[in-house]
Amino acid sequence: MATHRVKFTFLQQLITLPIIYDLGKQFKIVTNIRRADVTEDRGWVVLELVGDMEEIERGLEWVAAKGVRVDPVQGDIVEG
Amino acid sequence: MSFAKALRCRECQREYPLEAEYVCDFCFGPLEVAYDYDAMREAVSHESIEAGPASIWRYADLLPCEPDNRVDIQAGFTPLIRANRLGKELGLTNLYLKNDCMNPTWSFKDRVVTVAATKAKEFGFDTLACASTGNLANSVAAHAASAGLDAFVFIPPDLEQGKITGSSIYNPTLVCVNGNYDDVNRLCSELAGKYPWAFVNVNMRPYYAEGSKTLGYEVAEQLGWRAPDHCVVPMASGSLYVKIWKGLQELAKLWLIDSVQTKMSGAQALGCSPIVTAFEAGTKNVQPVRPSTIAKSLAIGNPADGFYALGVMEETGGRAVTSTDDEIVEGMKLLARTEGIFAETAGGVVVAGLKKLVESGGIGKDEVTVAFITGAGLKTQEAVIDTLEPPLQVEPTIAAFEEALGERREADVQAASA
Repeated sequence: MATHRVKFTFLQQLITLPIIYDLGKQFKIVTNIRRADVTEDRGWVVLELVGDMEEIERGLEWVAAKGVRVDPVQGDIVEG
Repeated sequence: MSFAKALRCRECQREYPLEAEYVCDFCFGPLEVAYDYDAMREAVSHESIEAGPASIWRYADLLPCEPDNRVDIQAGFTPLIRANRLGKELGLTNLYLKNDCMNPTWSFKDRVVTVAATKAKEFGFDTLACASTGNLANSVAAHAASAGLDAFVFIPPDLEQGKITGSSIYNPTLVCVNGNYDDVNRLCSELAGKYPWAFVNVNMRPYYAEGSKTLGYEVAEQLGWRAPDHCVVPMASGSLYVKIWKGLQELAKLWLIDSVQTKMSGAQALGCSPIVTAFEAGTKNVQPVRPSTIAKSLAIGNPADGFYALGVMEETGGRAVTSTDDEIVEGMKLLARTEGIFAETAGGVVVAGLKKLVESGGIGKDEVTVAFITGAGLKTQEAVIDTLEPPLQVEPTIAAFEEALGERREADVQAASA
């Protein structure tokens, strides 16, 4: 089992969709939200994902394909 | 000695031992070094600092490093220049430039990497690593060479040759990753989790970021132990901006300067301005963007410290400004023409931003203002090379020289009147 920490950023049109619920239903991944800030027009969620690494990768691809931005929790690593 | 006592979560305030960790296990918030300021206050004075070396290590007591493993390539204590000519052009009577082009690898990154490399040695790491489009790569490679550490430096494709040479000369393992910016980010996030390296801005980040505080310390010391009225700082992740403010605050906390009333303004390139966009929208919720600007050293689309930068802006009454690529180039040329400093594109962002802040009344004419020039222009020549006047081509005679000069001056007059 692997654990993976990620940040999801949602645009307005995605805020009402139950993406994290669906991620847990459609893939063998346990989702555990640690911090979030969601307003009426935008939002982000920092969460931990637990499962097989391959399953997590598949799940993250599915989330990204929905239009959610997926980032490492520490922000961009590439610097100037 | 170091007065660092713990790592503390910037969100939930939980404390952790001083180890190579960067995220709070509880809320996944970022960790920051916490200090015993009461003990620090007993140890430091103007005299003790002024007796120190002409580098960031004159502030060793305010940094999170023990003295035994100090890595030192003479980063810091760069000139603070009274910029009369630029000030006159912009309408400022008390303008100063903090010229961090004068660091060993020609950018402010030497400050942060000096601290990260020192902590890496302290923790027993044998490898320094980073992912960078230039300045950070150069600095990590140089510090690793000096410290006798291995270095892995990851770069995106299509990097300018000057930046590659500026790293490869120090003999790191230089890895060019095929893929876009997001691909490099993702790979390096995975590598940082897999390999036992000191990844300077990942597991070393709490310590690494502390190096930027020294810019605040130096400016205050060089102004005669006082905080400026206004700072104008380039923003990428926002960390530099926040830490300059923290540095000034700490000096006040240690009774080395009076209370700080400094307004902190930040500048970004229009093509990568998520912090400015949030500021203008009146929110601290920073929306990531895909960078598209010539200011590649500021091209962080998902800024880790954006939220905190916006907090400092609100607290101090500073402003946030953007500049277009053309304005950045004009800023670089203005700085060079008036003060003899060839800055990289981030310097152009700052000068262009400074101009806008003055024009909009964001900076008062007589405010003691410090603009931070964070890297040298030789690394980003491509940004300006096509906009500069080519040299006069003449035969080796006085007549040929005078003819060519006359033609050039006539052309200049016509251009000025057009």
